Amino acid sequence: MQNNQPEIAIETKNLFIFYGSFAAVSEVNIKIEKQKVTAIIGPSGCGKSTLLRAFNRMNDFVPSSYVTGEILLQGQNLYSKNIDPVEVRRKIGMVFQKPNPFPKSIYENISWGAKINGFKGNMDELVEQSLRGAALWDEVKDKLKKSAYELSGGQQQRLCIARTIAIQPEIILMDEPASALDPISTLRIEELMQELKQNYTIIIVTHNMQQAARVSDYTAMMMLEKDGSRSGTVIEFSETKRIFTNPKDKRTEDYVTGRFG
Amino acid sequence: MNHSHYPKDDSFRVSLNGRYRIANLWQGLFFSALVIAILSLVALLYNVVDGAFGYVAYEYKHAPSEFTAKPLDQLNKQELLELLKTNLSSGAYKKLDNDKPMGERSKSVLVTLVLERLFQIDTKQTWSMTDSILHSNDIKAEVADKYPKAILEFRSWLTPVFLTTPMSSKAEFAGVRTAILGSLWMVGIAILFALPIGTGAAIYLQEYADKNFINRIIQTNINNLAGVPSIVYGMLGLAIFVRTFEGFTSGSMFGVTDSNGRTVLSAGLTMGTLVLPLIIINAQEAIKAVPDSLRQAAFGVGATRWQTVWHHVLPNALPGILTGSILAVSRAIGETAPLIVVGASTFISVDPSGPFSKFTALPIQIYQWTTRAQSEFHSIAASAIIVLLILLLTLNATAVLLRNRVQRKY
Repeated sequence: MQNNQPEIAIETKNLFIFYGSFAAVSEVNIKIEKQKVTAIIGPSGCGKSTLLRAFNRMNDFVPSSYVTGEILLQGQNLYSKNIDPVEVRRKIGMVFQKPNPFPKSIYENISWGAKINGFKGNMDELVEQSLRGAALWDEVKDKLKKSAYELSGGQQQRLCIARTIAIQPEIILMDEPASALDPISTLRIEELMQELKQNYTIIIVTHNMQQAARVSDYTAMMMLEKDGSRSGTVIEFSETKRIFTNPKDKRTEDYVTGRFG
Repeated sequence: MNHSHYPKDDSFRVSLNGRYRIANLWQGLFFSALVIAILSLVALLYNVVDGAFGYVAYEYKHAPSEFTAKPLDQLNKQELLELLKTNLSSGAYKKLDNDKPMGERSKSVLVTLVLERLFQIDTKQTWSMTDSILHSNDIKAEVADKYPKAILEFRSWLTPVFLTTPMSSKAEFAGVRTAILGSLWMVGIAILFALPIGTGAAIYLQEYADKNFINRIIQTNINNLAGVPSIVYGMLGLAIFVRTFEGFTSGSMFGVTDSNGRTVLSAGLTMGTLVLPLIIINAQEAIKAVPDSLRQAAFGVGATRWQTVWHHVLPNALPGILTGSILAVSRAIGETAPLIVVGASTFISVDPSGPFSKFTALPIQIYQWTTRAQSEFHSIAASAIIVLLILLLTLNATAVLLRNRVQRKY
C-alpha cells in the first residue's frame, strides 16, 4: 500500500503571486510528484513562467513582487522568513528559455556552480558525470577548455542542463527550454528529460502542446480567471493523458484541441 | 474603398519627386554640417602646426669663434665639457655639476648649455610655417636689413630635446618635461582615486540599489555633476584638499616639511572628483550592458549577489569600465581651470618627485607661454599643444583598441 502512495516533491498551498497590487497568479494548489515530469501549459500571459519562477524564488529579483500562501518542499515553506533564497536555488535548479552559458570554458560552466557551493569532491569527475547526464559528454570531451560559446544552440542548452544537474538539485525547473531550438535539438532535449526524470523531478513550462503531451506525466492547465482580473490560475491539474483525452474543464478541452482564441 | 483618395500614377510620381527633393535638401544640409565640423578641426590642427615650425632669426651675444674653432656640432662630448669648464666661472660650473654631474649629461644637453651660457643665443624674431614657406625671400631680405648679424634658420620647435628639458626662462631652452611628468602624476593620482570609488558606486547603483525615490535623486545628481563647470571643482579642491586637508595633501602629516597644500596630490584628488561622475556613469553603462540572462544563470546555480557580481558582472563589464575611465582621464589631462585654482606652479624647473611635490601641468604651461609677449614663446606653446594632443590621441586610441579587442561574447 505504501508503494501506491505517490511521493510529493513540492506542493503549493493557496499560492498567490503579486506584482505590486496586481495578482499575476492566484490561488494555485498543486502537488508535484517526485521523479515525474510535470508540464505547465496555457496561453501567453497567463502566469506560467511566473508560477515556475516562484518555485526557486527567482521572482525575488522583480521589484515589488511578493507571494502569499505556501510552497512546501519536504514540508518546509520556501517563503518562510528563515529560508534563504540562495539555498532554495541550490536545491531547485533552473534551465532558461534562451541558452545562457557563462562566457567561460565548457569545463568552468559546470565547475563554477559546484565551486561556489563548496563542492569538495573530484571536480573532473563531476564535470564528466554532469556532461554525461546531459548527453553532451561525447560531443565535448575533447574541447572542455574551449569557450561554451563555440557550441551550437542545442548543445549550449544541454550544457545549461549539465550545469544545473552538477549542483545536484532535487527539482529542475525548465522554462520553455526548447523554444529557441531547432526540431532536432528539441528532440534531444525531450529525450534527455525522459532520462533525467529517473533521478530528478522536472517541472517544465511549454507553449508547445505536443511537447507537453510527449514528455510529461502530469499537466497543469493555466488560464486567466474568468472574472476579468487578468490574473492567471491553474484550472485543471491531472495526468497528461487525461488532460489531452478527457479534460474536465471545457476551456482545457478548447485549448488542447486548438479551438481556443 | 479609399483607393480613390490616393494620387494616381502621374500625380503620384510628381509628388514622389517632391519628396525626393526634400530628402536631398536635408541630405545636403547634413553633409555641409559634417564639412563644417571637419574644416574647423583642420583649421585647429593647421593653426597649431603653423606655430610649431618656421623661420627663426637669432644672434649670438658672443660669437662661437671666440670659444672654438670647430663648428659646435662637430665637437665631441669631451671637447664640449672642456669648453664649458674653461669658459664658465668655476662657481657656475660647480653649481651645474651639483645639480647633475656634468659627465653624466648627454651631448645634446651639453650643446644646449654651450648655446645658453657661452654663446648666449638671442632670438630676434620668429615666423609661422606658412609665412616661412610662402614669403621666404621677403623674410630673408627683412632679416638682412634689420639684423645684419643674425642667423636665419628654419627650425622645428618640437624636438626630442623639447620633450626632455625642464622649464626655462628662455624659450629657446625651455622644455615640457616638468609639465608632462606633472600631468602624468596628476592623472595617475586621479585615476587611483576615482576608478575604485566610481566603479564601486556604479556597482551599488546598478546591482544593489532599489529603484526608489532617493536613489533616483542620487542618479539624477550624478548625471548633473558630470556637467558642472570644472572651475567649480577647482574651488572645491581649493577649499577641501588644499585648505581643509592641508596636513594630508602637503605631506606634513608624513613628515614632509617643505610644502604647502598646493601639491600634485591636491590636484590629482581634485581631478579625481571631477572625473568621478563620468566614471560612475560609464561604469553603469558597462554594467547595464551585461545581459540579465547571465545574472540569472549565476543565481540559478545558487550564487549569492556578490558571487554573481564578482565572477560574472564585473569581468564582463571591465573592458567597458576601463574604456570609460581612459576617456575620463583624457578629459582630466586637458583640464586647466581647476589647476589654476588649486595652485599649479607656472614656473617650476624641478620634476615632481612624489605626491607632495609642487607641480605644473601641460595645459598650465601652454596657457602661461601663450600669455607671453615674445613670439618664440608662442612657438613653444604650439609645440606643447602638439605634445598634449598626441597624448590625448594616444589615450583615446587605447580606449578604442580596448573596446574593439573585447568583442561582445553574449
